[in-house]
Amino acid sequence: MRDVTRVAFLGGIYSNYLALDAAIRAAKARGVDAIWALGDFGAFGPHPDRSVELLREHDIPGIQGNYEESLSSNAEDCHCGYTDPRDNHYAQISYDYTFAKTSAAYKQWMGTLPKQARLELGDQRLLLCHGSPRQINEFLWESNTPTPFIDRMLDANDADLIVCTHTGIHWQRRDDRGRGVVNVGALGRPANDGRTNVWFAILTSGPHGVQTEFVPVEYDHERLAREMTEEGLPDEFVETIRTGWWTTCLEILPAKERARGQF
Amino acid sequence: MSQLVQIAPLAPAEGTFPAVPMLGLDTLWFQVAGTICNLECTHCFISCSPTNHAHAMMTLDQVTSYLAEAKRLGVREYYFTGGEPFMNKSIFEMFEAALAQGPTSVLTNGVLIKDKTAERLQALSDASDYSFDVRISVDGYGPEDNDPVRGAGTFDRIVEGIAALARVGLNPVITVTEVCGEAGTRAGRTRFIELLRSLGLAQPRLKILPLLRIGAEEQRARGYHKWESLAGAHLTGDELAALQCSSCRIACASGVFVCPILIDAPGARMGDTLEATLRPFPLEYSACFTCHAEGLSCAT
Repeated sequence: MRDVTRVAFLGGIYSNYLALDAAIRAAKARGVDAIWALGDFGAFGPHPDRSVELLREHDIPGIQGNYEESLSSNAEDCHCGYTDPRDNHYAQISYDYTFAKTSAAYKQWMGTLPKQARLELGDQRLLLCHGSPRQINEFLWESNTPTPFIDRMLDANDADLIVCTHTGIHWQRRDDRGRGVVNVGALGRPANDGRTNVWFAILTSGPHGVQTEFVPVEYDHERLAREMTEEGLPDEFVETIRTGWWTTCLEILPAKERARGQF
Repeated sequence: MSQLVQIAPLAPAEGTFPAVPMLGLDTLWFQVAGTICNLECTHCFISCSPTNHAHAMMTLDQVTSYLAEAKRLGVREYYFTGGEPFMNKSIFEMFEAALAQGPTSVLTNGVLIKDKTAERLQALSDASDYSFDVRISVDGYGPEDNDPVRGAGTFDRIVEGIAALARVGLNPVITVTEVCGEAGTRAGRTRFIELLRSLGLAQPRLKILPLLRIGAEEQRARGYHKWESLAGAHLTGDELAALQCSSCRIACASGVFVCPILIDAPGARMGDTLEATLRPFPLEYSACFTCHAEGLSCAT
């Protein structure tokens, strides 16, 4: 069996099947040995089953996000981890739509996925999780995840690298030995930077350890926006796809990440 | 003279009190100004005032020593509170030390924040990789609501502090307690958000807090009823994990206490070091009921 040296990691897809399709093609063009999906396949965007169909068609292994956990257990909300009523208002709209439009068979399949996975890449032990190693909906933002806390999580889990998503903004912090966190960002919506592209990450093992590449993905965002409108999803969601600025679920952002956005 | 009104644990009405486990120290608070405050709010749950020396100011050495221990323990975030933190002469050095190792917040009444202070805070924020939040308390939409609670003339001074932060590009979190009756409603929130926008905050951030019926609040309104207790309660693992005391501690000049709410309860002092406090704590105080029933967390 061929050694695995290059792996693509897809963060929250949020039903953006057009970006998912573009990301799979981009990852394959870069010669990855494997692609992993880190949960939250549905949410926010239109036609949630289409993303699941793509993942299954390409045999992409995945772990559960809070959406898969909630959908497969018939939960009443997404358990996104928001605390502000403004965030929860839009989160509920997103969840109710996704719950109604996800097929029963796919919901059941989601419940069969593991909540974490481990991979070895070079000499690094990777722990794949949706939010954090201890909580599926914990937000690991760059500006509120200090290095001593990262070390604590790595030690507690016998891992060298945590690979996660959930926040929707990609970042990494790794020490000289490569130990740390890579948050792969999200395919589902832009990174709140005024650009319409979305992101995923590729980790490559080489002579200098494991290197991270954050890959921007362009896709037909106007088509996605039109389909979201046709599906009756909120104008605020559509605006984010069209402008690259987050308009909802903003209160959870730490000060630094919030200040970089427009709203 | 000490104005400490000691909080005694409740007698178990039936059964025993559940104990909250320590799941990992994520949040470290500093009672950095002790119980000394330039205001004397009528709802303060620890009765802070200009003359309440029940808890002393912390020194820079004390804070840096706890920070060093917190770094070893992998603490995620730091909060400075009081009293009024800006009355501590070493506060900026303390912020700098905390921001070097993690995200940091300060809870203030805002009245000491002038332009120069705002500029120093903005410089500290810019210099750190981590988020720095200034959290300001206000208790009404105007002087008529706020000043009877926080003191004559305070509304205007609070608003000046908020505006000073906005001018340097800092976006404070505004907290309102439910002493402002409408605050928890949608209409009340909307009104506060509009007020904050009018002060120059383009991205208004608002946190509503329930009242704790201890300290001055016990005199202003009422104390806890006998039934407002966790005696005999059976909390699930998730419910216990949701309590802030499962992952926080507060360092005071006199040692480490379980949480920011119970620093007037001698039984809530858990040790001299952080490490010594990493053990379960019995939820035998009335205020524990509020945290459980209202889902209260002092953190932002």
